[in-house]
Amino acid sequence: MTAIAIRDELARWPASLKIGATFFLLIVVTGLFAPWLTPYDPYTQDLAGFLQPPSWRHPFGTDHVGRDVLTRVLHGIRIDLQIGFITTYVPMTYGLLLGALSGYLGGWFDTLMMRLLDVAVAFPFLVLIIVIIAILGPGVHTIYIAVFLLAWTMYARLARAEMLVERGKDYVLAARTLGYPTSRVVFRHAMPNVINSSIVFSMADFVLNILLVSSLSFLGLGVPPPLPEWGAMVAEGRDFIFDAWWISTLPGLAIVVTGASLSLIGDGLAHRLGQRQRSFL
Amino acid sequence: MAIIEYILGRILQMVPVLIGVSLVAFLSIHLVPGDPVQIMMHGRATEEVLATVRGELGLDRPLPIQYLRFVGGAMVGDLGKSIIQKAPVDEIIGERLGPSLFLLVYSAVLAVVIALPLAVVAALKAEGPIDHGIRIVGIIGFAMPPFWVGLLLMVLFGLVLRWFPISGYGRTFIEHLWHLFLPSLTIAAFLAPILVQSLRSAMLDVMTADYIEVARAKGLSRRRIVLKHVLRNAAIPVITVLAVNIGWLLGGAVVVEYVFAFPGLGSLLVRAVGHRDYPVIQGLSLVFAVIVMVINLLADLSYMAIDRRVLRR
Repeated sequence: MTAIAIRDELARWPASLKIGATFFLLIVVTGLFAPWLTPYDPYTQDLAGFLQPPSWRHPFGTDHVGRDVLTRVLHGIRIDLQIGFITTYVPMTYGLLLGALSGYLGGWFDTLMMRLLDVAVAFPFLVLIIVIIAILGPGVHTIYIAVFLLAWTMYARLARAEMLVERGKDYVLAARTLGYPTSRVVFRHAMPNVINSSIVFSMADFVLNILLVSSLSFLGLGVPPPLPEWGAMVAEGRDFIFDAWWISTLPGLAIVVTGASLSLIGDGLAHRLGQRQRSFL
Repeated sequence: MAIIEYILGRILQMVPVLIGVSLVAFLSIHLVPGDPVQIMMHGRATEEVLATVRGELGLDRPLPIQYLRFVGGAMVGDLGKSIIQKAPVDEIIGERLGPSLFLLVYSAVLAVVIALPLAVVAALKAEGPIDHGIRIVGIIGFAMPPFWVGLLLMVLFGLVLRWFPISGYGRTFIEHLWHLFLPSLTIAAFLAPILVQSLRSAMLDVMTADYIEVARAKGLSRRRIVLKHVLRNAAIPVITVLAVNIGWLLGGAVVVEYVFAFPGLGSLLVRAVGHRDYPVIQGLSLVFAVIVMVINLLADLSYMAIDRRVLRR
């Protein structure tokens, strides 16, 4: 029974969803098994073998202090995906809640919410994040705090807009007429229809958050150096790019492959969930 | 008359947002854990110097007074003094505003130039192999980190081929265009995929509309229909997408400016954060927010120029 259900569901997946999900799964598994996939350590320096071009022993070459770039890129999966996941789905949960409530309840709560959202979108996202980093100091914890403070607004906006449409529909009226409490009407009845646009957007947001973390680390404001974060690795290879292109180029490529697989999933989900909008806005 | 009313109403709507924005910019310095002045001086100043700086920044007064002074100053363009450069913040920002705005407009223009033909082809051949190909290229482009693209373009076209300079701004308009080509292309590479998809779906919506049927029935050529009817009506959603993403565009520009050592607001911000130059950070966050708001206002006004029916809503 369940096997058939799974097969039926898979049959409904568009090609982009299948390809994206396969790639993403491969990336996640590679990240999980990173320590056992190469014979090297991501931190051990080998000053005798620095700046070696890609070869059989070092498929991605070595960096300026002789660390194996492939090993570092594989360990980077753990860092970038973990931060990307947390910065996407934690704000999504309360953003959805607040947005849905705001759209359903209206009144002063909605007005307050809208003013907050207006102020939040008036600042360029990255600029506000950098300002918060200037206040609290660089590091992963600051990135979490900054993103948690700001990123929910996008989901709240989406959920609010969807809820304004759902609120007037017959099934919501029916649930209210039956005397169900507001929380049940909002979260059990309307939410399943409100959530789809946010799920599709979350895939683009995931990509943007990986870009955000790597950009901040590239600027020296995010994940601090010895850690193999992809953006930080690009920054480390910057001074050697003329003689050793692989140090900066290959971690960047890892970001592109990860981001593209997430975007493909988003594109496919948009199809599958019947969203008119494609994965990115 | 309706036009003036509309514009005035739209500007009035900006007032509460401006108050919120100025509060955020103002409070940022007060949220610094510990003594911001001590941190700005990197813990090396004597108590006397600290007191002087505190006095200069007005940090020794009550908060509401400080806020009013901050807003009052900002309205006449006085944003205080930089701790590091010992110059007025408005002058430092003013010098760099022009280059940054130039970069912004240049990138937007490049993005439209890249996106427009791709979107038209994708929409006319929707769900065909060309459309899918364009989407895949877009998905890859969207996932490319701007700092990485910038670095690669800089190495390839700046250092290896030597076609374009790798930094600087130049003096004349033509020199600006030449110096800013690589950074603008970097930003456009990120923006174009978003534009292509939104323009494509907007065109598909318009193409099924009745008036397009009418135009077709009148025997107008396909070329004329696309150019005169479809694109004009698809322009509004595209402007919305550009305006909504202006925050992302500015954020991406911060990183790209840093990569190309470009004398703009973004590289100034990164440097100010490094030096903990809080007056500059405050001033910049205010200026960035105002840029976003003005661009959104311009977007709303351009809807009006394209489609007068906006006024009746």
